[in-house]
Parts: sequence; structure tokens; C-alpha cells
Amino acid sequence: MSILINKDTRIVTQGITGNTGEFHTTQCLDYAFGKDCFVAGVTPGKEGQNVQGVPVYNTVKDAKEQHGVNASVIYVPPRFAAAAIDEAVDAELDLVICITEGIPVADMIKTRDRMRKMNSKTVLVGPNCPGVITPEEVKIGIMPGYIHKKGNIGVVSRSGTLTYEAVHQLTQLGMGQSSCVGIGGDPVNGMKHIDVIKMFNDDPETEAVVMCGEIGGTDEEECAAWIKENMTKPVVGFIAGVTAPPGKRMGHAGAIISGGQGTAQSKIDALKEAGVHVTVNPSEMGSTLQAALS
Amino acid sequence: MNVHEYQGKEILRKYGVVTPRGIPAFSVDEAVAAAEELGGNVWVVKAQIHAGGRGKGGGVKVATSMDQVREYADAILGMQLVTHQTGPEGKQVNRLYIEEGADIADELYVGALVDRETQKVVLMCSSEGGMDIEEVAEETPEKILKIFVDPTDGLDRAEAEDVCEKMGMPREAVKEGADFLEGLYEAFVESDASLAEINPLVVTGDKRVIALDAKFNIDSNALYRQPEIVEYRDLTEEDTNEIEASKWGLSYISLDGNIGCLVNGAGLAMATMDIIQLYGAEPANFLDVGGGANKEQVTEAFKIMLANSKVEGILVNIFGGIMQCDVIAGGIVAAAQEVGLSVPLVVRLEGTNVEQGRKILDESDVKLQTATTMADAAEKIAAAVKG
Repeated sequence: MSILINKDTRIVTQGITGNTGEFHTTQCLDYAFGKDCFVAGVTPGKEGQNVQGVPVYNTVKDAKEQHGVNASVIYVPPRFAAAAIDEAVDAELDLVICITEGIPVADMIKTRDRMRKMNSKTVLVGPNCPGVITPEEVKIGIMPGYIHKKGNIGVVSRSGTLTYEAVHQLTQLGMGQSSCVGIGGDPVNGMKHIDVIKMFNDDPETEAVVMCGEIGGTDEEECAAWIKENMTKPVVGFIAGVTAPPGKRMGHAGAIISGGQGTAQSKIDALKEAGVHVTVNPSEMGSTLQAALS
Repeated sequence: MNVHEYQGKEILRKYGVVTPRGIPAFSVDEAVAAAEELGGNVWVVKAQIHAGGRGKGGGVKVATSMDQVREYADAILGMQLVTHQTGPEGKQVNRLYIEEGADIADELYVGALVDRETQKVVLMCSSEGGMDIEEVAEETPEKILKIFVDPTDGLDRAEAEDVCEKMGMPREAVKEGADFLEGLYEAFVESDASLAEINPLVVTGDKRVIALDAKFNIDSNALYRQPEIVEYRDLTEEDTNEIEASKWGLSYISLDGNIGCLVNGAGLAMATMDIIQLYGAEPANFLDVGGGANKEQVTEAFKIMLANSKVEGILVNIFGGIMQCDVIAGGIVAAAQEVGLSVPLVVRLEGTNVEQGRKILDESDVKLQTATTMADAAEKIAAAVKG
């Protein structure tokens, strides 16, 4: 088992004919069951073409009708990306993973409001995220596949390379992963830590979870409150940005301490209070989990 | 992107918000001419810098004669204004805003920002105008009233009027107060703001509602559709290194420590800063070279880090995913040679093609230490700058 995606997921790549879309679709096709999973692409006006053997359609709806896709991954440029999410939501896909970085916040507010008002069942991951991987089954996104190993640890993170760091440490210590979810670094996004943690808690194959957070917002605090009351599995936490000054956006649009909110310390305190094994040393995420499990 | 107070007020006026009349000035003579053009007998001379707390720092003065306008303009222009938001070195004042005086009966606070939890714009309204809203939130949170605005329906008029009453506006001012909230919300949305703060919002003696200050931050991701706001950009208000970095597609922020760090990815960059501190040194910057950095970008990144005289050592931490370690290693060697590296360098590579990458570093003439883990790297650079 795993969460969100497995080898039976059927995926359409939105923005498949762009450089980024084509490059990463190629990488994903080459990973595990990728050739079975990535069945269609969409770029408006380019129906009839194919990219690496994957047929291109004008709309997500067409791709769904032709191939029964239930998930999409978006590499569309920022100014058109929110509309691409809307299109996938309208096609009633189960899952939309938006990799695109740099979408205006106002666009995401409208897209999220639209999803809520239509009671959409679609789950959104991202934007501005590395994607989701279920090791040795399917990879949807831009993470390097080979650092992952099939196993029982769930990983959830707001950052790309920091996730790779955590995964690499786990793999080096012989601890494989059930699924790894990058929820992204934007202030207005889809799944949050708490949503992913709940799924890991319900997933029989996941035995423990590593969560990486960072400064900005209060998602980690809300997740901590849920963990304290409900979580039945060990969780290791790391929060990036202890040394980040207030009022400065640290790369990610959402990584900013403002109005006294979103400090690393407040998140670390909340996680500790919830019984999470917090490490302040990013080199020790894997070993902290190993210790927690022994 | 930040804009000045007078620019924020220009934005507000487009959406019907009432502000005092004012004219920006870049010299003392322009300041006097502005006061003469405005007329009346009370003027406010206001320093224009991208930081709050200007009044307490001596950057806002009320003048009651032309001589005083000249005196205050002369004193404020060119001063190093220190506020709680500028840091101890302060910011040089290069622009003034000359405004007509207002008959203030009551000072209120209104701020607009994106609430991440509800994913809506929230208007924060408080009777405690002129105060630092963070203090109000800390000490008397009940004095902050929040309106969460539905993105489709917009601001609810009845709710706006209700909040105006509850925040202490006199009955005669409530209609104008609600007009103000509508204008502010529209200005926020239409200008792709990430923050709009009016502190204070004042009710005058004749019960009018006026925005006496305006602070706007604009979402950088939306600037492509805000050409008029892009024109407002004042590069003298920004860190020169940060401007240089942005030209090269690098995300850079100056900090106060002694270790420059070059990392790929924002989260890993923050984690690298943290681990430097954990091992007894202090990060000199945040620097994210992004997912596909090339040799030119790495060279520029080295130049920017080394331009900071506080930097005593450099730590490079790259987790190669799509970015290949051998390519980045070649870039590091070329960059170090080109800039003539004068401080200790520790490089930690991990990920795709790491063995080839380490080999390139080992075989190069550049004096550097390699490290295997983040902890190893942090320990080595901390020891190198101490020794």
C-alpha cells in the first residue's frame, strides 16, 4: 500500500510539450511502472502530436475520455497554471499535482475557492512542489527517483531538496518509503501537512512518518494539534528556518515570519508538545527516526 | 515588492479611498514648493522609506510655517532613519512626502492580508490605531476584529458597517468607514497586494474617514500584470546584493553572520543556515541557486557572497537531483578560480553523479575541503574559520 498514487494510477501531463513537461515526463516514464502510468498529455492546440510516445490532447476531458486518467501533473507556466488546475478539477480527476512555481496568490485564492464551492472531490497537491512518489511503483514530479527505496516510512515536506535529503538519509539507513509527498512552499496551496499525516496514519503499510516543515504560516502547529490527539505512529519532525530573520521571504513564497507568526520555534514547540521526535539537526532526520523505532 | 507610502496612497485613491492631499518631494526646495502648492497652514513632512515606525524614529514632523517645512525637510532628507524595521544601521531618506495636516479625532487600524488557513483575504480592524498591531494581537487580541472576505461575493456591506461601528467609529462616520473598507479591499485585490496596512486610519473632527498612512507589499509573482506598480520600484530601497542576485535568477538575502552558504532549494538553504549555527558559526546569507544552476550562476553567487566583507568562509551544499553533481563541481572549480577565492571553502555534494563530482573537486587546484554529510560540512567550515 501507499498513499495517493500507485502503479494503477493513470496520469495526464498538463503542459507536456514544454521543455520542463517533456523532460520530466521522460524521467517519470523511465521510473518503475511509469510507462503504464503516464498515458496522456495535454497542450491546447497540439492534439495529435506525441511526446516520447505519449499522445497529446487539447483538453484534460479528452484525455480522460480516451485513457481513463484519474490524476494529472501540471508543468504549465505560472500565469496559466491556476486555469490548468481548474480544468483538471472540472474533469473530476481524483488527484492534481501542480509543480509550477510562481503562481500569483490571488489566482490560487480563486482556484481554491472554486474547488470548495463546487464541493470538488479532487485532491490538490502543490503548487510549487516536487510532486509525489511511491517508490518502485510510480513517480509523479521532479524528484530524483533513484534515491528512493520501497518501504514503510511516509515522508511529507514543504520543500524539494530538503525532502531529498531526508529520503536519502532514510535509504542510506535501510529504511524505505511508502510514499513521499511534497506539499509545496506557497502560502495558498492544496494538501497541508495535516491532510497527508492523516492519510499516512490510515495507511497500513506506513509505520512511521518524517515531516519537514519550515517558517511561515501555522500549518505545522495545526498538524501538531491533530497528531497529539490522533496519531498512532511515530513521527519525526524537522523545521527549517531557526536562523531566518522575520519579515524576509526565504525563497519560497510562503516562507516568511510575519506579524510574529510562523517562527520555527513556535512550530518546534508545538511538535514537541504533540510527542513528535523533533531534531534540530537536518543531518539527523534519518537517525532520529531509527532511534524512535528501536 | 514594496512601495512607498505616497505610492500606496496613489493606489488607494484609484479605488475611491480618501487620503490627505500630498505631493512627493526629492529636495528641500521641492518640499517647500509642495507645501505652497497645497496651501493651508499645517503640513506634515514625511520621510519615504520602505519601513514602518518612521514617526517614532524622527522621520515625520508637523510644520506650521514655511520656515518649519524647510527646516524639517532639510533635517529629514539624507538622514539615516532608524526604526524597529530598519535594523540598527537605519535607512537613508531620499524622498519626502509633503501632506496637508488632518484634524484627527480618532485613530484606528486596518490591515488587509491573505489568511493562509481560510485561503481568503482578511481585513483586520482595530480601535488601536497608531499602535504596533503585533503588540495589540499579543496583549489585547479581542480588540482585533476580522472580516474574512468571500472571494466570489466580495466584501459584505452589512458586515463592513457592523465592524466599523464595533471598532468605535461614530455613527455619522460608519457609511464612509464601510466605503473605505470596500475601497481598500478592491485596491488590495486589483493590485495583487500581499499586504496593505493603513495605520492609522483616522476619523476627523467633522467625522470624515481618511487613510493617513499606507503600506503596501505587492505579490512579486503577479508583477507581470501590474506594469504601473512595477514603475513604483525604488531600487535605492533594496539591498544591492539582492538586486544583483535577482538579475542572475538567484534568490539571495543578506544576514549578519560570517559563513556564506550556497545551496540548491529554499528549504535546504534554510536548513544549511540552521546547521551552520548549530556548529558554532553564523550564516552570512540565504542563497538558493535553484534547480538548474549553471557555471555562470555559481560564479555570480560566489562573487556576491565574497562582496560581503563579513564572510570568513563559504559552505556549498548541493543535493543533486535533476542538477548533476559533476556539472556543479565543474562550476564550483571554475568559479573559485575566476573570483580568486580568499577564504576557506567546504563543499558537500550528494545525489546524482556524486562520485564524478567529488573526483573533479579532489583533482582541482582549488583549495577546498569536501564533506560527506551536512553535519560534516558545518563542522569543517566552523573549524576552518575559528582556526
